[in-house]
Amino acid sequence: MPPKSERTILLDARAMSRALQRMAVEVTELAHGTADLVLIGIQRRGVELAERIAKMIEKEEGVTLPRGALDITLYRDDLETVGPKPVIGETRLPVDLTGKHAVIVDDVLYTGRTVRAALDELADFGRPQRISLCVLVDRGGRELPIQADIVGQAVKTVPGDRVDVQVEELDGRDQVELVR
Amino acid sequence: MTANLGKDLTGLEHLTPEQIRLILDTAEPFKEVSERPIKKVPALRGKTIVNLFFEASTRTRISFEFAEKRLSADTVNVAATGSSVSKGETLVDTAKNLEAMRIDMVVIRHPSSGVAAFLGQRIRSNVINAGDGKHEHPTQALLDLLTIRDKHGKIEGLKVCLVGDVLHSRVARSNIWGLTKLGAQVGVCGPHTLMPRGLEELGVKFFPRIEEAIEWADVLNILRLQLERMEKGFIPSLREYYRVWGVTPERLERAPRAITIMHPGPMNRGVEIDSRVADGPHSVILDQVTNGVAVRMAVLYLLAGGRPELADAAKRGAE
Repeated sequence: MPPKSERTILLDARAMSRALQRMAVEVTELAHGTADLVLIGIQRRGVELAERIAKMIEKEEGVTLPRGALDITLYRDDLETVGPKPVIGETRLPVDLTGKHAVIVDDVLYTGRTVRAALDELADFGRPQRISLCVLVDRGGRELPIQADIVGQAVKTVPGDRVDVQVEELDGRDQVELVR
Repeated sequence: MTANLGKDLTGLEHLTPEQIRLILDTAEPFKEVSERPIKKVPALRGKTIVNLFFEASTRTRISFEFAEKRLSADTVNVAATGSSVSKGETLVDTAKNLEAMRIDMVVIRHPSSGVAAFLGQRIRSNVINAGDGKHEHPTQALLDLLTIRDKHGKIEGLKVCLVGDVLHSRVARSNIWGLTKLGAQVGVCGPHTLMPRGLEELGVKFFPRIEEAIEWADVLNILRLQLERMEKGFIPSLREYYRVWGVTPERLERAPRAITIMHPGPMNRGVEIDSRVADGPHSVILDQVTNGVAVRMAVLYLLAGGRPELADAAKRGAE
């Protein structure tokens, strides 16, 4: 029988909401305003998180922020090893990124390979003035020299752990758990 | 879930409905890639694909080539004329020589039925059938299915009629397999001399008159009349064919509903299809061509990936 996995709550709904509020403020500070800001969520849960952060900034600053979605499946470097991912999500970038400040939003930062693929993909859509990275959870364990500019919560993990991010829109509740 | 197509795509006859849906669903995001300013993703970077065409083809070959290039594969085109094939080399020798140069996939079109499967059993590379004799043309049927699904939102329960030379048509054969597997009702309509036997066993209805097909169908897929058929006596003349079987606005006007018009191309305007129908509001003929690239990208992508022996090891290390 496999050992029972242990689940620890890292962020409950209220803590997650506070973390996102703080991240929204930090995005505005990082970008010195909202003039050329574009929020780009990585499929799947990064898209929902980007939407939330965008709404918070819009409410605070009284502006409309463009946001996009990026599916990095076709930019992965492991097709041969993990096989094709049958369902590829939507990629949608509503504005020309040239000259913009693009903020990539994802739920969990781990090896950095997803972000590497996202940077490659964004480069095919234009030349942003600047690209920043904003993640809800940084779990360490990087395999590439990539760091986040804005982090909701940092947590130490070991390989084999799973960080399970749930969002209301897709999972019915807001919660981040460490599964070990 | 059957998230795997196996090594080759030789036809739709032996695919499951789940495998067909997998290809159609995978094609969906590839449509968007062709709308990007840089129409290219690196998914098949470093793969080498040979397009081995023993029969004339413009649309299918170019469509495959675009699909390959938009996935960043390296491609080589080999035509039968001007190659060692015309010096008498056998197909398997040609393919083995190409394989000795370390290729990954072969897309083959050939006048003989069954060639794609035959080749697939003899070489290690993935083989994709781009039309083999009168047997199958699976990617054409897949793009037809995708176009029908786009237009009607579903395939199940729709009435789709193939019009014309069903007997000699690999497009018709692949369409019949694909449509029936996905739950459509399939009809055929055309001269008796151009109808194969045994269609009833597949649950396919035969309409002896085009008017009856139009009365029944939601979709007409009008096959190309191969002009050499006339010389062999299957039909009396092109004018007579148009008069009896041609899909015209006058005939479509009597239909109880708007009928989606499809044609795999190249069209003989004024023979099997009237120009006013081909260019009319219900024609999705150019959508078929657009979808062809997306469907072929999906097939290439699905066949290129998925080495199960490596997948387990990789998953243990993945996020």
